[in-house]
Amino acid sequence: MTIAEVGRARLRKEDSHLITGRSRYTDNITLPGMLHLAMVRSPFAHARITSVDVSAAKSSPGVVAVLTGSDVAAEQGSLPNAWPVTAEQKAPAHPAIAVDEVAFAGEVVACIIARSAAAARDAVELVDVSYDELPVVLDLEEAATDQVLAHPGLGTNTSATWVFDSGEAGTGKPISEALAGAEVLIERTFYQQRLIPAFMEPRSTVVDPTGEQITVWSATQIPHILRLMLALTLGIPESKLRVIAPDVGGGFGGKLQVTPEEAITVLAARHTGKPCKYTETRSESLMAAHHGRAQVQRLRLSATKEGIVTGLDVKLLADMGAYLGLVTSGVPILGAFMYNSIYKFPAYRFECTNLFTNKAWTDAYRGAGRPEATFAIERLMDELAVELGMDPLEVREKNWITHEEFPFTSVAGLEYDSGNYEAATAKALELFDYEGLRAEQARRREAKDPVQLGIGISTFTEMCGLAPSRVLGALSYAAGGWEHAQVRVLPTGNIEVVTGSSAHGQGHETAWSQLVADKLGVPFENVEVLHGDTQISQRGLDTYGSRSLTVGGMAVLAAADKVIEKAKVIAAHLMEASEDDLEFAEGKFKVRGTDQSTSLGEIAFATFSAHNLPDGVEPNLDSDATFDPQNFSYPHGTHLAAMEVDTETGRATIRKYVCVDDIGVVVNPLIVEGQVHGGLAQGIAQALYEEAVHDDAGTLVTGSFVDYLVPGAPDLPHYTTARTETPSTTNQLGAKGVGEAGTIASTPAIVNGVLDAVRHLGVKDIRMPCSPSRVWAALEEAKLSGGVQ
Amino acid sequence: MARSTTITVEVDDVSYTDDVEPRLLLVQYLRERLGKTGTLIGCDTTNCGACTVHLDGTSVKSCTMFAVQADGRRVTTIEGLARDGKLTPLQRAFHECHALQCGFCTPGMIMQSASLLQENPHPSEQEIREGLEGNLCRCTGYQNIVAAVQAAADGTTTSDSATENGASETAGVA
Repeated sequence: MTIAEVGRARLRKEDSHLITGRSRYTDNITLPGMLHLAMVRSPFAHARITSVDVSAAKSSPGVVAVLTGSDVAAEQGSLPNAWPVTAEQKAPAHPAIAVDEVAFAGEVVACIIARSAAAARDAVELVDVSYDELPVVLDLEEAATDQVLAHPGLGTNTSATWVFDSGEAGTGKPISEALAGAEVLIERTFYQQRLIPAFMEPRSTVVDPTGEQITVWSATQIPHILRLMLALTLGIPESKLRVIAPDVGGGFGGKLQVTPEEAITVLAARHTGKPCKYTETRSESLMAAHHGRAQVQRLRLSATKEGIVTGLDVKLLADMGAYLGLVTSGVPILGAFMYNSIYKFPAYRFECTNLFTNKAWTDAYRGAGRPEATFAIERLMDELAVELGMDPLEVREKNWITHEEFPFTSVAGLEYDSGNYEAATAKALELFDYEGLRAEQARRREAKDPVQLGIGISTFTEMCGLAPSRVLGALSYAAGGWEHAQVRVLPTGNIEVVTGSSAHGQGHETAWSQLVADKLGVPFENVEVLHGDTQISQRGLDTYGSRSLTVGGMAVLAAADKVIEKAKVIAAHLMEASEDDLEFAEGKFKVRGTDQSTSLGEIAFATFSAHNLPDGVEPNLDSDATFDPQNFSYPHGTHLAAMEVDTETGRATIRKYVCVDDIGVVVNPLIVEGQVHGGLAQGIAQALYEEAVHDDAGTLVTGSFVDYLVPGAPDLPHYTTARTETPSTTNQLGAKGVGEAGTIASTPAIVNGVLDAVRHLGVKDIRMPCSPSRVWAALEEAKLSGGVQ
Repeated sequence: MARSTTITVEVDDVSYTDDVEPRLLLVQYLRERLGKTGTLIGCDTTNCGACTVHLDGTSVKSCTMFAVQADGRRVTTIEGLARDGKLTPLQRAFHECHALQCGFCTPGMIMQSASLLQENPHPSEQEIREGLEGNLCRCTGYQNIVAAVQAAADGTTTSDSATENGASETAGVA
């Protein structure tokens, strides 16, 4: 009996070339005659362009051409938004190179094409652009008043208003009744600061226009969507475009975009007839690659005196920034389904107003809507506990769905297939020493220790496996949510797996090899996973939304099943047996009750030679499958943070972090562990460190890694991780998804912990990030208002 | 364009003589002139450490110095670490501890870790974290990177089983 691959902590196939410097990131590519691009960007957040003089730049040494918005106005189209959330959604045209007006600082106004990157950058300073400055709107609550318009032509800053009402949807009671009858009403406003995905590899694109097909290499999460969208935007037949995502250095949603820079690089290559490369600097990346979060959450939670929640009302202002990117408008809507989280709320209303401001546009960032929702509800559950003088865990227990109640239709209308919140919580409490830390907390309060201890709790669920195509259709998203795979059987019996979901660090090559090794009974080493090139992987919807395993992996398994079906016909013929008498196990077809067998490898060669196949059977075992999920999957978990807050300096540090995640059946525990760690780091970063800050003119102040505080190794703790395993019932493997869990769960755990440490000193809330200065200011303010109890 | 200067630099055991512009950064020289694309650029401000190499055996961020400053000196990049197809203990440890995901910070992280272990062969967890302060990773949350450096220091990686073309085995600890 061979050892099952699924569940093994296989070391990654992807590592060899990455640890030896044989990497293939886009910026590493050099092509004969290749030209280099540099972008001229607007220093103003809102201005009319009155003239663009490129004469000096054109005569600068090494410059081949300069493109302005007017030069390409007829061919650049408008960059796509694939998610018109309402029929009335308003959006400005989004040219890759601005023509008449710029709406955020960093917007491209011209592109230099030169023989070297240095020559291109030198010439940037020689382009003379005249601007008439316009008033800027930067603050979300101000944007909602329409006093200053981000796009005067639209007549409003509101792009769309989207509502879910459980009373109207028939999934619960009307919210008005719950609020009117509230014994306890918790009203809070939370601010989701603007974040920057800050993938380590700056975005880069190389376009080769030589030959009949234009080849685009790009640091993207979405080669297939990019191909389709570039074709539609620029008027190139899709069949004339090949997109390759080679090694991609992280994405986190930040490379889920069709960017101006990609379109411009295609235009530049088309204009010059030569290969062109554009690689952004880090400051360009922070300024102009899309941002995330940026929401104001106005919340009302009604409950009984016993702590039973009766309703939740959410009014959201969501910052689109200056334009609608690929899924900008849909990100807050994804959150709409998660505010009720793991709880049995009888009534729920969600209203989101999508607003334009003069900042870089927002879009998907790890979790995309779900971290914001989870933060809001987990903060509110703590606020309710404080109001009622209850333990925050007890409040959660009183409201969560118990494991006997699955499947459970949530008040937001989703069917949760499985879960066991009690089990995950019990395990977390045990690992954390909850009682011990509560006792220490009491001692420190008693002793008025300058370093106070707080315990933060976050119980969460999320929706993974984006997404059932019919659901996306109902939400007005333009595309489907299926994924494609192909399993090819080579004459030697080696296997090639082609997946539409291409990885940028997630380890698909290893995990998919494990899936197929088990399914086909071939050695792990004999499976090669191919992805990220539309010429090899012709169909796909790419990588985001914790979808790869639960959608893409299922397509791989389905394609492998088809290989077995095809091989069975040939095996029966070769062994002169009836198909009904065959069983397939460990890579062999055996005739039941005999010792006769033939291996997949033997069948592969027989199929290749095709000398002796049954009549009418194709000499080909290769199989395709496209999998469209019928439901999301719902990972969940309990995260506990022990926070130490120095009340003299305001510094909050993580003393202990325990998380128990239930992500169903695990293919590779090593990869899962890595995903959890990285997710935690990004969620903790939102809670404690990161924020995109603009000055009053709309210039990004946090424009380099000096100011935008991506945490380093000393800023993060040692995480204690564990798992419970409640298999998903929505896919054949029982898997759920893990890419975003850590990010979604950790932010509220940390902030709840910080507040728990200082609440007895009169602090009621602290806006993220809970930096030393903010915590200190909150403590001082509490002192001044006599908050010390 | 400024007048160019002739420099001679030994990079990964090969001596190169080139005319370079004085403003050319060492990392640009490595990547653009020598094709040493294993060394990567992640920022413009010497914060991320993706471009870390060794200069005469000590780690430097190659975006922080000019190519002309490397004249007459010896540079080792990530591409020069493995010898005869055999990985160094640190490279093995990064693989075995799953200390990389997208891999973009990895060359710099490994070069900095090597330098760290040279200065302090038996660092504590905190010393490792502080020693890697100048190298950012967005994928791993650092825990497995710290574990990899610790494993390399402790000599607990599998000795010769991993080669440059890496047979994938199962992790000892999950």
